[in-house]
Amino acid sequence: MRLARLAPVLITLITLGTAARAFESEAHVIYEAAPGSPVLRILSTTDIEIFEPMLRAFQESNPGTTIDYTVASSTEMMNALMSEGQAFDVALSSAMDLQTKLANDGMARSHVSTATSRLPDWANWRDQVFAFTQEAATLVVSPAAFEGLARPRNRQDLITLLREHPERFRGRIGTYDIRSSGAGYLFATQDARTSEIFWRLMEVMGGLGTHLYCCSAEMISDVASGKLAFAYNALGSYAEPRQAAGEAIEIVMPEDFVTVMHRTALIPASSRSPGLGGAFVDFLLEAAWSGDPPDYYPFATVNPRASDETPSLRPIRIGPGLLVYLDDLKRASFSKAWLDAVVRE
Amino acid sequence: MSDKAVITGSIRRRLTFRLLLSSALLAGLLFVIVLNFAEKVAQVSQDNILDASVTSILESATVLDGEISIDIPYAAMAMLGNVSDDRVFYRVTVDGAHLTGYEDLPRSALQANERGRSYDTVDFLGESVRMATASRLLARGQRPIHVTVSVAQTRGGAQETLQEIWRNAVYLGIGFFAVAGALAVAVAQSAIDPLERLAASVSRRGPQDLRPVVAEVPREMAPLVEALNRLIGRLQITLTRSEDFMAEAAHRVRTPLATVRAQAEIALNRMDKPENRASLNDMIHALDESSRAAGQLLDHAMVTFRTDQLEHVPLRPSDLIAETVRRLQPVAGLKDIAITVVAPTDLRVTGDPILIQNALGNLLDNAVKYSPAESDIAVDMWAEDGACHIQVSDQGAGFPKGAGKRLTRRFARGSNSQGTVGSGLGLTIADEVAQAHGGRLELEQNPEGVGACVSLVLPLS
Ligand SMILES: Nc1ncnc2c1ncn2[C@@H]1O[C@H](COP(=O)(O)OP(=O)(O)OP(=O)(O)O)[C@@H](O)[C@H]1O
Ligand SMILES: [Mg+2]
Repeated sequence: MRLARLAPVLITLITLGTAARAFESEAHVIYEAAPGSPVLRILSTTDIEIFEPMLRAFQESNPGTTIDYTVASSTEMMNALMSEGQAFDVALSSAMDLQTKLANDGMARSHVSTATSRLPDWANWRDQVFAFTQEAATLVVSPAAFEGLARPRNRQDLITLLREHPERFRGRIGTYDIRSSGAGYLFATQDARTSEIFWRLMEVMGGLGTHLYCCSAEMISDVASGKLAFAYNALGSYAEPRQAAGEAIEIVMPEDFVTVMHRTALIPASSRSPGLGGAFVDFLLEAAWSGDPPDYYPFATVNPRASDETPSLRPIRIGPGLLVYLDDLKRASFSKAWLDAVVRE
Repeated sequence: MSDKAVITGSIRRRLTFRLLLSSALLAGLLFVIVLNFAEKVAQVSQDNILDASVTSILESATVLDGEISIDIPYAAMAMLGNVSDDRVFYRVTVDGAHLTGYEDLPRSALQANERGRSYDTVDFLGESVRMATASRLLARGQRPIHVTVSVAQTRGGAQETLQEIWRNAVYLGIGFFAVAGALAVAVAQSAIDPLERLAASVSRRGPQDLRPVVAEVPREMAPLVEALNRLIGRLQITLTRSEDFMAEAAHRVRTPLATVRAQAEIALNRMDKPENRASLNDMIHALDESSRAAGQLLDHAMVTFRTDQLEHVPLRPSDLIAETVRRLQPVAGLKDIAITVVAPTDLRVTGDPILIQNALGNLLDNAVKYSPAESDIAVDMWAEDGACHIQVSDQGAGFPKGAGKRLTRRFARGSNSQGTVGSGLGLTIADEVAQAHGGRLELEQNPEGVGACVSLVLPLS
């Protein structure tokens, strides 16, 4: 009698256990406070090493909180929150389009606080999606490969350079593979939206043979090692510290336009402790928008007036416009056009 | 008869209340109209932008290698995001089959309008959304196909605008009501003003003032004023007619009475029999009474008439006293009565000299009539509290106890008047004259021992 009652409970526990990790996570860390203390569950696209100081600082100011930090790709993150309804208290992502879709489809909670009210208008969508970084897609070049050449000031310069020195650049060009990288797709679509020259550049790059990457870090490493002459649309926020560390790279901000993306935070509707989630979002936003960010804020200082001061900066706007590129048909036709230009199989 | 009016309600209050009520109604109406209008405008502007979005998506539809291709323009969605932070949904179907977008987005039940558009408000993902739908015909080979696009947007922005307008409409309504209310109170007051002015001018009149009302009044009040004037006129006529009648009657009676009295005197002289003489004496006495009454009635009528149109002549009362005393000297002499006068000549009053003399005459007549022979009568005059006091005191028996003011009534005579000729009108006349001049008559016992003491008090000029 007793056993018969116990059995279903155990089974439920086991199925719950597997269901909790149906999506594919890349890393998972728990910063335990006291056992049994409330848990703040964060799902993020950002590596643990980058965020750890921030998490520890948050835990210091909220001593009784255990932090559960899971890293996943933006697509897996979408799976976890959209299809599986996994319970997370904060979602941090570089995929602005997916975050926007989550909010648009009613998967995010509204959060209003003094920290959110201080954000500029474009950094807050519906009090649900909050921008907390400002990261430019730049041209990272190898000084050795450009020996004797002027640095291209804009995309037209770059095209001219590539046409004039095809041998120097053949097989030494890198950019995001938009099929595997959300950020790459976002940058490509925004570039295409901003100017026709994007397609001409892709044609020329495709003609010379272009290596495709999943992530900025690898692209930059290959530039630094001299394998690549330049990487197009690599994140400046990744390149800057490495340049400062003495690696052989240079960062070029094209003068015609520079697409700027934001990492965004939202509190999923599935959150079990939205209060904790809100507290963390406030902590994050306060660090990001303070003007003089604390040491544990791992990104470049956010400047709310950046695009006023430098008109070539084109921040990606959070909003329904981003839904367009998530459309299956749109995605398929864009990817096809891009592949035709860059890969040429 | 009470002169209190029977009051039900107040014109001012009724008018104010009704005007306020209609202002409130108008304010409410204004509020509803503004809100209704705003709602329509908000709806139309949202429909317009949804329409633009639908159109641009439809225009991106093409047939490529026999396949329908939809290349949703960035602006189709971004333009919706420009207006508000509302959630946006869309769906594209081809011949009713889902192609892309939100498959669960409800289909509009409404018929398309003449431009092939339909707008509908539906619920989606737990929120009310406004949805625009339009179709377009494309040709795949020879076969026509229908591409239908719906774009929906939540209504937070529109609602927010509406709320703002709602707040403003409330302020507008309250402001309108406040202004209209203030105007209502002012209008009610100004409507009531002429009525109040008329009422004040009528009630300011003295008791004898029977002139017609000549104040200017608005047309609506003319019938009232005319009716009032007719009433006053009739009253006036009735009054003068009865005064005239009395004066006429007295006059007609006096002359034959004098003739009869003269005949009775002659007859008395010829009579020897004591009983005949006694009855003739009685007859003469009765004739004196009648004649006196007729004279006093005539005087009273004269006084009434003159007080209606009172003359205002500057007077020296000492002169009037001297004149009156001179006229009564012979009568006083018959009883060996001495009249002493103390009257300063610098006092002045304004009024009708004939009336004042008549009043003084009656007072002196009483003093002589009700005093024993060989007594003294004193007439004193002085100023006190802005009034001229003229006091006649005698050494007679004084007023009968407890008679008081009653003696100034018409035809009222005291118990001490037995055997003296009189009609009971003397003090009445003196009292009316005093009141017509804004003064009063005071009846007292002489404070220095015996006798009556009567004062005529007139305001000094
Ligand atoms: N000086 C007075 N002494 C005593 N009684 C007086 C005196 N004057 C008036 N009276 C009383 O007041 C009454 C009213 O006076 P009034 O002068 O009105 O009438 P009358 O003298 O009787 O008649 P007439 O109309 O002829 O004067 C008198 O009847 C009398 O009783
Ligand atoms: Mg008398």
